Amino acid sequence: MFVNIGNKRANVNNIVSFVLLVGLSAAFILPLFWMITTSLKPIDQLLLDPPVWIPRPLEFDNYPKALEAQPFLQYLGNSLQIAVAAVIGAIVSNSLVAYGFSRVEWRGRDAVFVLVLSTLMLPYHVVMIPLFVSFSKIGWVNTWLPLIAPAWLGHPFFIFMLRQFMLGIPKELSEATRIDGGSEWILLTRVILPLCKPALATVALFQFIWSWNDFIGPLIYLNDRSLYPMSLGLALYHNSQGITDFSILMAASTMAVVPIIIIFFLMQRVFIQGISLTGLKG
Amino acid sequence: MLTPQNKRELRKIGVGLVFISPWIVGFLALNLYPIIASFYYSLTRYSPISSPRFIGLFNYEKLLYFDPLFIKALTNTLYFVVFAVPLGNMLALALAVLLNQKVKGLSVFRTIFYLPSILPLVATSIVWTWLLHPQYGAVSVIMAELGLPVISWFSDPQWAKPALIMMSMWGAGWMMLIYLAALQDVPQELYDVASLDGASLWRKFRHVTVPMISPIILFNTIVGLIGAFQYFTEAYIITEGGPGDSTLFYSLYLFQNAFAYFKMGYASAMAWLLFLVILILTFIIFRSSAKRVYYHGN
Repeated sequence: MFVNIGNKRANVNNIVSFVLLVGLSAAFILPLFWMITTSLKPIDQLLLDPPVWIPRPLEFDNYPKALEAQPFLQYLGNSLQIAVAAVIGAIVSNSLVAYGFSRVEWRGRDAVFVLVLSTLMLPYHVVMIPLFVSFSKIGWVNTWLPLIAPAWLGHPFFIFMLRQFMLGIPKELSEATRIDGGSEWILLTRVILPLCKPALATVALFQFIWSWNDFIGPLIYLNDRSLYPMSLGLALYHNSQGITDFSILMAASTMAVVPIIIIFFLMQRVFIQGISLTGLKG
Repeated sequence: MLTPQNKRELRKIGVGLVFISPWIVGFLALNLYPIIASFYYSLTRYSPISSPRFIGLFNYEKLLYFDPLFIKALTNTLYFVVFAVPLGNMLALALAVLLNQKVKGLSVFRTIFYLPSILPLVATSIVWTWLLHPQYGAVSVIMAELGLPVISWFSDPQWAKPALIMMSMWGAGWMMLIYLAALQDVPQELYDVASLDGASLWRKFRHVTVPMISPIILFNTIVGLIGAFQYFTEAYIITEGGPGDSTLFYSLYLFQNAFAYFKMGYASAMAWLLFLVILILTFIIFRSSAKRVYYHGN
């Protein structure tokens, strides 16, 4: 009897939760739904009052029109190149640094590691202006280098995550290789890194998203249109457009969003794992 | 003379430093030098065409006593922080608690709530401009259907900030994911014991869930706070600080000073004040929460 009442209550709770989740999901989907349907609206259905939810017929021409209005394909290509260069740098640098903070024992290591974590508190705005001044002095303004090079010097989030992962690998593995006369370098590349694949994949994905989504960096450093990534190209296009072009703007926005959605679905498991591991922000 | 043991120790330190050398270079070039340079610039008058000229604390005095736009930007940002951080946290926690009820379709719901938080802000900002359009936006249609008044959102000084806060809540999915992971670590036995004592759902949440995940609440609050103080892209794209400076946020005004008016010294002073505010608030939050945060194992 007691158990039955408990079950009934649990069921009611479950149904209430489910209904709430469906309602909230609808609210969360609405902006993306609105983006996609608007991107498929012919111009005569864009400014109807009340608006139509699903246009008839669907106007796929807005996509080629967007590609004509701005070199969006080039912007996408630029974003991709910047992101890939940053991802490679993030994998290389953070692996090395995390190894030094986890698999090598040296005096003062943990004190230095606290310093690594403390840099997370530093707002970007404090370093923004001196970095701009320095990068202009060495002639890096209007190149992708200020967007790529920092990724090659490690990031505290990634160092933390990889370090946690490497600390979980038994010490005996390292000892065995050292006894066989293997150097630290061989130990890192042949033994430790192959075991860190899930963590490395998470680093790659988050760095890709950060680079792809970055706006203030390109805004500060790039002047030449041919160098623009998608975020900056889209923003400047948005500023120059009136209300009648919203279907084309939505088509362009969809093009900026879809690569991230595809990557998310391909790598969903790694994503969830990564964020549970450390609480990284996209 | 070094003993063999000291030698070995030194060698190990050397190996460690070699491995962390990318971070050392990054720390010196991307953190330490810029922090010092920024503080120096904040004491100067500096535009990119001239070299910095020392003027003492003049920039700080001007900011605090003679720049109404600075005060406006600061209050706008505090408004945003005070509402967006707790509301985003509460929504994220509520979503995580709902998802933790072992409902069907967990991974679908999780994806729907998480995805917006990793999409490019430039694109989603443009989408929200259109979503909240007073005449043609989806939200206006729905509100009209429900018999609610039409709101001009981003073009109304009263509603522009709430609209941006609403949009920021849409991006709270990353916090939800962290909460969800934390909730799954709370031992089921604690709930079972509470059930035997006849505790209601709310009491279980209040006296089991919240204490057990309190370190995560603290973490999300602080990360959210630091992020909210640097809120920039949405305001830059959607409202450009308007209408009537109602969305002129701290970072936006700082950016304008640095890269539109080329007042690098003045902007650096703003950056340092921001840094101080964040440090002090974080410290206060840590201190005031110390008694309420429960770390298992300690």
